[in-house]
Amino acid sequence: MTAPRLELKGVTKRYPGVVANNNVDLTVMPGEIHALLGENGAGKSTLVKFIYGVQRADAGWMKWEGREVEIPNPKAARDLGIGMVFQHFSLFDAMTVEENIALGISAELAKGDLNSRIKEISASYGLLLDPDRYVHTLSVGERQRIEVVRCLLQSPKLLIMDEPTSVLTPQEVEELFKTLRRLSGEGVSILYISHKLQEIKELCHTATIMRMGEVVDDCDPAEETARSMAEMMMGKNLVSPERPEGIETGAPQLVVRNLDMESSDHHGVDLHGISFEVRSGEILGIAGIAGNGQTELMDVLSGEVLVDDDDSIIIGDKTVGGAGPVERRAAGMSFVPEERLGHGAVAEMTLWENAFLSGATRKDLLKSGFIQINKSSKYASEIVEQFKVKTPGVLNAANSLSGGNLQKFIFGREILQDPSVIVVLQPTWGVDAGSAAAIRQSLLDLAADGAAVLVISQDLEELFEVADRIAVICEGRLSKSWPPDEITVDEIGLLMAGIEVDPAGAAHDSEAGGHAA
Amino acid sequence: MPEWFIPFLLSVVTASTPFVFAGIGELVVEKSGVLNLGVEGMMIVGAVSAFAVGVTTGSGALAVLTGAFAGAAMALIFGVLTLYLLSNQVATGLALTLFGLGLSALMGHGMVGKTFAGLPHLEFPLLEQIPVIGPLIGTLLLGHDVLVYFSVVLMIAVGWFLNKSRAGMVLRAVGENHNAAHSIGYPVNLVRLLAVLFGGAMAGLGGAYLSLVHTPLWVENMTAGRGWIALALVVFASWRPARVFVGAYLFGGLTIMQLHAQGLGIEIPPQVLAMAPYLATILVLVIISRDSALIRLNAPACLGKSFHATG
Ligand SMILES: Nc1ncnc2c1ncn2[C@@H]1O[C@H](COP(=O)(O)OP(=O)(O)OP(=O)(O)O)[C@@H](O)[C@H]1O
Ligand SMILES: [Mg+2]
Repeated sequence: MTAPRLELKGVTKRYPGVVANNNVDLTVMPGEIHALLGENGAGKSTLVKFIYGVQRADAGWMKWEGREVEIPNPKAARDLGIGMVFQHFSLFDAMTVEENIALGISAELAKGDLNSRIKEISASYGLLLDPDRYVHTLSVGERQRIEVVRCLLQSPKLLIMDEPTSVLTPQEVEELFKTLRRLSGEGVSILYISHKLQEIKELCHTATIMRMGEVVDDCDPAEETARSMAEMMMGKNLVSPERPEGIETGAPQLVVRNLDMESSDHHGVDLHGISFEVRSGEILGIAGIAGNGQTELMDVLSGEVLVDDDDSIIIGDKTVGGAGPVERRAAGMSFVPEERLGHGAVAEMTLWENAFLSGATRKDLLKSGFIQINKSSKYASEIVEQFKVKTPGVLNAANSLSGGNLQKFIFGREILQDPSVIVVLQPTWGVDAGSAAAIRQSLLDLAADGAAVLVISQDLEELFEVADRIAVICEGRLSKSWPPDEITVDEIGLLMAGIEVDPAGAAHDSEAGGHAA
Repeated sequence: MPEWFIPFLLSVVTASTPFVFAGIGELVVEKSGVLNLGVEGMMIVGAVSAFAVGVTTGSGALAVLTGAFAGAAMALIFGVLTLYLLSNQVATGLALTLFGLGLSALMGHGMVGKTFAGLPHLEFPLLEQIPVIGPLIGTLLLGHDVLVYFSVVLMIAVGWFLNKSRAGMVLRAVGENHNAAHSIGYPVNLVRLLAVLFGGAMAGLGGAYLSLVHTPLWVENMTAGRGWIALALVVFASWRPARVFVGAYLFGGLTIMQLHAQGLGIEIPPQVLAMAPYLATILVLVIISRDSALIRLNAPACLGKSFHATG
């Protein structure tokens, strides 16, 4: 038998208040695609950060191709032939794609005509990238591609991918998998972290399952179902979201009419004549490939970017096109943006401060201009409890939470404010199966309680599960909308790619869809 | 051409050169994400040390080196305090300025009244005899001391370093997103320390130029706020070396005009001219702030934030 490429033994890592990894053993063989599964906060990222030399472990050792090694920093890891795609991007906004890639590879590799090599590799793997663009102009999906391309350029022996597909489109995922299988065939080992269990089944040869920092099980994904793997991770049964019966849709709560917006950034997407309405009790899903105007739509809906025509956005009976986020919140709107750190939450601030920031008015957390700390902390604790956020306490900073846990927190914060309209962008990005089900359930419940819900997501499975109507956004234009039983996933996929299709059932709400491209 | 014209221009050059040094040094520091408000303090300690060595040894080269070294030594204190002991950058920078002013007064106590011969200039007697253009080329273009030429080289070199070299890219990366730079594996605080030391050396050099060339004698508090102007200059120039250079000459010209205006009997209150650099900086800030893309691309996103690696 060949020697394992990587062998971990007894790895333990403690953070204040948590044991993130407890005595973890892991063996990865050459050419093996090895999945690392676990709920949010199980310690997956912590473990791979140890392998990549970003963090030290408190105990345990590592063998690389049979030799015991110490990896003090990422450079040493890269020298051994380890590449990593980070969960939270390690990118520099004010620099170009090329510079970002050059920074992540060794100096020798960065020499010469990097620009054309990037184009080459991104074309051959179907990960389109323009090396000269600035990162801050790119969508999250495009940013993910930078990380992937950066790794591929290094021709590594072990590729660690921490949730690389969470924001890729189905086609992009397919392309990536082709690449990964090819690499695996060439003998490259891949350590693959994802919450998309269907993908794991398709791609991985073996899986290690972690819970609360410990390895609890191994399995062969091909022989399991997504459900059984989710249950192994959770240690209990998975409850799928259920659509409450007999909901009456009421008056339109969110009406958008002929919304045009020119993006301030010339690489951004302009919005053209977007019109739709969401009634109370209804969930409208908007599908689309990242970078087709979703972020811009979110920005105008949340009031971060104002539009000249005040009547183009109506919440309840208020026209708010020219009103900022605070006024829109006051009008009953809540939003969950795409970027958790920096947009959805202030990374360095504590959880209760983050809860206060968005809930100040509607949760009445201010008293004659003073912050009511106790009340705010109680509100934050309520979020932590109800949405099962894993954290030692609300005094912890937002950036100490694992990715999925922070998402749950932000989500809970908005939902507990009883919004009459809620707009969410990629609600379950990076959230584990159990929590994703819980988040979807809470969206359904919110609608059942009479809220108007708008879900903008790339995850078609998710949209089909929760939405009452689905529309597609492509290049800044919104299509008509169809109930999920009148359109297929394939048809939506084509629409997302900008190809005209005419599903049998036309939009029920002809007015809302009247401005299709 | 009035006869005062060439001396006027020459004095603009000497007045501007300290701004170029201190400004470009601080620019590099800020690009790495550190805000060092101690420029004034580093400058004045550079000035007094250079002057002391210059007067005692008579060697200009040694004096200049001492100035740079003294500035870097001051910066080292700042660097260790803010980067490794995680003290607040703004407060530490202010303290450094106060400390430098006091220390320089103490060090310069015995040197008040002495003078220094100045740094050697290039001279072209033959060239200068050509009428009209002779003195222009001879003195204005070729007749400066070495440090003036060095300041031009510095601007070009720093511009090249930041935009074209890998090390410069790493420095910008550290200033842009220190968490990402750390997870890719760059030693964030080491990069910052080196930048801070460089900034200190350049501020010290600017100070040395003041006490050796601009006014070759030691007067207590002789930097007279130039360090603050240099700081303003970096923002004024929206973190671009060439603009720092232009700005330095603009502000240098203003300080000289201030002197000459009084001499020529022009009725501009000196206070107005004295505040002009700051007003200009505020104005530029207002203008560039209107374009958020401009700020995003030029201002280092981690400016003034401490970095502490967990784990
Ligand atoms: N810098 C830190 N300081 C304190 N605690 C931390 C820090 N980083 C991670 N943790 C904690 O360690 C635990 C494991 O986190 P980790 O990021 O490894 O989870 P994960 O399995 O990657 O989860 P996810 O799927 O949500 O990304 C969590 O409880 C998290 O709160
Ligand atoms: Mg993680």
